[in-house]
Amino acid sequence: MLALDKVGKTYPNGVHALERFTAQIPQGEIVAIIGGSGCGKSTLLRAVAGLDRASTGSIRIDNIDINAPHEKIGIIFQEPRLLPWLSVADNIGFGLSELPVAARREKVAQALARVGLSDKAKAWPRELSGGQAQRVAIARALVPQPEVLLLDEPFSALDAFTRRDLQDHLLDLWADTRPTLILVTHDVDEAVVLADRVLVMRPRPGRLFAEIDVGLARPRDRASPLFDAVKRRVLTALDRSLDRDVPDSAPAETVGAWW
Amino acid sequence: MTMTLETTALERPDAIKSASSNRWQRFARPLLGILVPLTLALAWEAAVWLGWSNGRLVPPPSRVFATIMELTRSGELWRHITTTLWRVAAGFGLGTVAGTLLGAVSGYWGIARRLLDPTVQALRAIPSIAWVPLFILWLGIFETSKVALIAVGVFFPVYLGVMGAILSVDRKIVEVGRTFRLSGPAMIRRILLPAVLPAYVVALRVGLGLGWMFVVAAEFMGASEGLGYLLIDGQQLGKPAQILAAITIFALLGKTTDWLIELVTAPLLRWQDAFRPGGES
Ligand SMILES: Nc1ncnc2c1ncn2[C@@H]1O[C@H](COP(=O)(O)OP(=O)(O)OP(=O)(O)O)[C@@H](O)[C@H]1O
Ligand SMILES: [Mg+2]
Repeated sequence: MLALDKVGKTYPNGVHALERFTAQIPQGEIVAIIGGSGCGKSTLLRAVAGLDRASTGSIRIDNIDINAPHEKIGIIFQEPRLLPWLSVADNIGFGLSELPVAARREKVAQALARVGLSDKAKAWPRELSGGQAQRVAIARALVPQPEVLLLDEPFSALDAFTRRDLQDHLLDLWADTRPTLILVTHDVDEAVVLADRVLVMRPRPGRLFAEIDVGLARPRDRASPLFDAVKRRVLTALDRSLDRDVPDSAPAETVGAWW
Repeated sequence: MTMTLETTALERPDAIKSASSNRWQRFARPLLGILVPLTLALAWEAAVWLGWSNGRLVPPPSRVFATIMELTRSGELWRHITTTLWRVAAGFGLGTVAGTLLGAVSGYWGIARRLLDPTVQALRAIPSIAWVPLFILWLGIFETSKVALIAVGVFFPVYLGVMGAILSVDRKIVEVGRTFRLSGPAMIRRILLPAVLPAYVVALRVGLGLGWMFVVAAEFMGASEGLGYLLIDGQQLGKPAQILAAITIFALLGKTTDWLIELVTAPLLRWQDAFRPGGES
């Protein structure tokens, strides 16, 4: 269980980026976070990852306070951030340096096969396409088997087709060990395809605005009317989150009742 | 049958083209670089040979070459070369060690940078040759003061290169190290060192270039052997061929040592995704 309790962040320059963000995320849940630009999504994710410290509130995973990077938490950024001086295989094995060589090699080989890049094991990162590089980044974050995987707009730099491919891929990989996924995205479609629950944030200061349970069976059919309905609910919530005239206390379900 | 004939016929021009372009790459590329100096040298040789110039002040390549051969035969050249090489090696070694250590410390710890860097930058503003009188007073006119001058010349580019490289390591890559909870030493070994390596190699090469520059200055300030001494000796005795011979050897040695650095570090930098004008090489 990942428990965020009134998490707030004020940057040294005075920007109030996040305020009293509270959420309980049970192990294995997929949560999508969506919201306008600058509403503190990355700030929240970096705090959960332990890369930045929250100014107020607490982040706990299984009752352990998080204020530095933790082995149970992995993160995938918008860019692949592969180490250019390591081969693809060594990049994937980067977090496994404590394992003996043989065990590491086996895990890496498995991960490579799992993301469909076995033939690229010896390639340099510069020789990969954007989508391939992001797959390597996913494999690198997943091989240490984190309990929580954070993804900050991981597919936003990719074309629509590759994005869909990687979304399916991510779900496949998720099914292996079922970590908690927290996915920041700008793509409503992506949120509804992947998530069990969508959290909508609003800006200035960044805070939680609405919570939408997706409640669709997997695998999800992007063309079904139910899928469309959920999408519309998210879109409406998103619209209202950006409207200054809507009070904060608007209960999430009034949003849902709109259609 | 016709099919195979046709396909081979189709493939053939391509194959020939790639083979010949391969050969072109292997041999002609380096030759291209020699073309200009070679033409100039031959032209000058011809000009003297044809009597358009007596070549006394600017001796033709054949006379420079003859001088080199003569110096080689007497064993003198070897002595000068080893002396100069030793000075450059010692100065380069000292300058590199000092520059690397101080640069690394200043790059890694903000406190050290605020403490040290202003002083180093102020010292850097002094033209290094200005140290010569002081070095001679302090260290005598023999080897120590020469090596010290060369070391000073090498120190600054290495220091700046290392510090700048560390300061410009991509925060995003460092964050990858942090998410995998690397300890301080592991972060240095697995992230910082490889990240600064390309810039470090450049710094070393610049440093070495300055080392060669300063060895000449050092040998001008009173030496009884060394290539710089050959230059001075050639000037005082009016032997331009000897000066040009020394210059040629400086060029060869400078280029060779630079190339050695490149050669040794190339395997470590194969991963680089750099812009290579004129295609892969
Ligand atoms: N390092 C920083 N220092 C100061 N202010 C920052 C810093 N990072 C972000 N901010 C500010 O905090 C607010 C939230 O930024 P954040 O990056 O979390 O937004 P976001 O929701 O991820 O936006 P986007 O969808 O555009 O990525 C913004 O107003 C931003 O300007
Ligand atoms: Mg962001």
